[in-house]
Amino acid sequence: MAKVKKTVKGITIVADKCNGCRACELICSAFHATPKYSSSNPARSRIRVVREPLRDIYLPVYAGEYTAAECTGRDKYIIDGKEYAECDFCRASCPSRNLFKEPDSGLPLKCDMCEDDPALEKPKCVEWCLNDALIYEERVEEVEEEDVSPGDVEIGVDSLIDKYGLQQVLDTIARASKR
Amino acid sequence: MRFAETGFNLEVDLSRGNIDRVETDPRMTELYLGGLGTNAKILWDRVPPETEPFSEDNLLIFSTGLLCGTAAPGCNRTIVSTFSPQTRLMAYSMMGGFWAPELKHAGYDKVIISGQSPALVYLWIDNDKVEIRDASHLRGKGAIETAECIRSELKDPNVQVAAIGLAGENRVFFASIEQGRSSASRGGVGAVMGDKGLKAIAVRGTKDVNVARPAEFMNLCNDVLKYIKAREENPVPGVMPILAGLGSPQEMKLVDEEWHTTNFMWGNSRTRRKDFWNKEIEEKWRETQENVRTRLISCYNCPMKCGATISVPGIATYMMKCFSKLTYTMAAYSDLDFGFKIAQRATEYGVDGFSAPQVMAFGLELLEAGILTDADVQGMPADNEGRFFWLLDRIVRREGIGDVLADGTYWAARRIGKGAEAFDHNTIKKHEQLPLKLGMLNPVYFLMYATGEKINITQIEGQFPQAPFPTREEREEFVKDWIQVPDEKFKQYLLDWEPRGDHSNPYYPTVEASCDIVDWQEKMHYIDDALGTCAGLSSFPLKPPYHIHNFPDFISAATGFDFDEARLWQAATRTRTLLRAINVRLGLRRADDKPPENHWKKRFPELEAKLLDEYYKLKGWNDQGIPTRESLHELELDYVGEDLQQRGILSDG
Repeated sequence: MAKVKKTVKGITIVADKCNGCRACELICSAFHATPKYSSSNPARSRIRVVREPLRDIYLPVYAGEYTAAECTGRDKYIIDGKEYAECDFCRASCPSRNLFKEPDSGLPLKCDMCEDDPALEKPKCVEWCLNDALIYEERVEEVEEEDVSPGDVEIGVDSLIDKYGLQQVLDTIARASKR
Repeated sequence: MRFAETGFNLEVDLSRGNIDRVETDPRMTELYLGGLGTNAKILWDRVPPETEPFSEDNLLIFSTGLLCGTAAPGCNRTIVSTFSPQTRLMAYSMMGGFWAPELKHAGYDKVIISGQSPALVYLWIDNDKVEIRDASHLRGKGAIETAECIRSELKDPNVQVAAIGLAGENRVFFASIEQGRSSASRGGVGAVMGDKGLKAIAVRGTKDVNVARPAEFMNLCNDVLKYIKAREENPVPGVMPILAGLGSPQEMKLVDEEWHTTNFMWGNSRTRRKDFWNKEIEEKWRETQENVRTRLISCYNCPMKCGATISVPGIATYMMKCFSKLTYTMAAYSDLDFGFKIAQRATEYGVDGFSAPQVMAFGLELLEAGILTDADVQGMPADNEGRFFWLLDRIVRREGIGDVLADGTYWAARRIGKGAEAFDHNTIKKHEQLPLKLGMLNPVYFLMYATGEKINITQIEGQFPQAPFPTREEREEFVKDWIQVPDEKFKQYLLDWEPRGDHSNPYYPTVEASCDIVDWQEKMHYIDDALGTCAGLSSFPLKPPYHIHNFPDFISAATGFDFDEARLWQAATRTRTLLRAINVRLGLRRADDKPPENHWKKRFPELEAKLLDEYYKLKGWNDQGIPTRESLHELELDYVGEDLQQRGILSDG
């Protein structure tokens, strides 16, 4: 396969600087609302602050890939004397938890770095974090040409199939198409 | 569809176990905005003045502000309103944190608690599902402990919990409602919650909060964030560090306490220690604070860091904000280390950090004066700090002398008698105040202390500098970018205000100027308390991001109602007047509108009378401080005028 240049967008999460305000969650949900900014709802956010003030745990984590199966093991990390569940760091929208799912439909959510037209200078969560706990950077890398990744609809349909079975989804789509 | 607000209140009758979701009238939002404004309207309509604060008929209202849950930065306040057992007036208490936005997302603007539960319960609001749950296993538990227990039994870390501790359960008159790093502490709202048999309200919400004109609203939010950033990079010169920036006074961040420790009073607001602060203490206190402070933290959707997580070795972690770091320390003539330790226990018990330390210092003064005797305090340890812990333990359990002190200095002094009344020297309207005794009367502060319905100076003052700048050049520099003033005349008031001479306190600012300044200051607080905006980004600091010129745009874009400055000013005036009317109906008169007798050494009775006269006139009140029928009519509050007239409080015409 050919080599191509690819811009890799990344966010450095300086958890030590997080003040736990959840502005990142709020602005993410507002940006992704339809129409844009028409509502806010951290439950729809693609970033969540794992936040346990009394244990001093403040961990912004972004929504990643949808996965149909949960992990077999549930490990723990102890860092600087603080105990974290492995899930605290995990970006997956998975069956073991409610995180990164639309509250109404249960459909998976995934961070898209606030893709917009025209493109934003940086994702909204980064812009709204005045404490610099989230720092945006872009770098150009040479990578193997990749397969076309499935679109949002395909991911959504896959997750519905996982949840309800193929037949029920087909029936529902058939009914919807008649309306 | 309703915007910014949900359009629904949750009505919970704890006597009958009845729960209703009730649609609200959008017209009320246009008239009173929300939060404090609509709370006051409900209290006026539904709680007659004869109602005992501790009774089934008193309401306890937890309200979100109108903009809570929207993207407007720092709009996260919960406004708690009820009739206070201590002042026997309307309790005006609020808290930041995360509770109000969560309630909005659950689909409610307010939770209105009526009745009394026969057994201790907690309320669990999970979107549309609302349950009254047994709380017998939480009896006696600390407020923070309770929140943690509930979160773990509900298995959801995102549940927000407002809870009372032992003080609330035992109806201590200065009991607070605690919620993470925040608390609604003033007016004994925790005692009313305890009287209702309600240990906590836990809430989780996953619904949208909508705004009417999204793009316009978001531009306003972005402007506020940009302003905050710029303002934080450019502190106001010439004022002390805690007043130079935004937010609550940055007590958790800063360690230099020279100003508080040498200007505020120690003990029962008794002794000024001008020479207290020195290098040695500064070093020691810095070490203490930096050792226990784990992280600076904020409330929902706010870039500031006014609070902190505090972990003192050997005791449970808790969260603190602002001035409670010093109130216990100074009441006990002690050390910051003691302050952090006792504040942990006080937070779990759920008591007001202003009142509690003063009440204890008051008790110890009475003992010293021989008004209380050793028999009253049998079993109390001999060491100073041990005495405070001992008294706190007795107060929240209402044991022995603790039962008397649990009513606060005013009522305790009257119960004890034997001259104890003279030791109740720092209350206004039966409510403990900041420990501050000063020299020359300040006319602006006189009015705020005397007339404020909040009965708490830190929540009335703001925007206008607390003292004149020494030089004309400094003043000119200050007014250059002072965009927040509602009128250019305020710049002139400041320019002409001097530390000494003809243009200094008490005769300058003039009576007229003082009334204008207070009117502006308190109006901005009333707007904040209706919208749920934190005063730390608005009515309290100098040159805040929110002000009278951008608030109307925020409200209009968020709600879809068209507000301009005049209409917003009118709405705030309406709420301010309604609060006065509620308190007037509860018996408040001109004679009650006064600061503590010894707050200033130099008093000016004639000037003070004139200040009150003119302030009342500006407000449209008569010389007793009662709103007139005419002014009530202008504010569409005719129903208030009729009621006051029927009760003979207002005469005809």
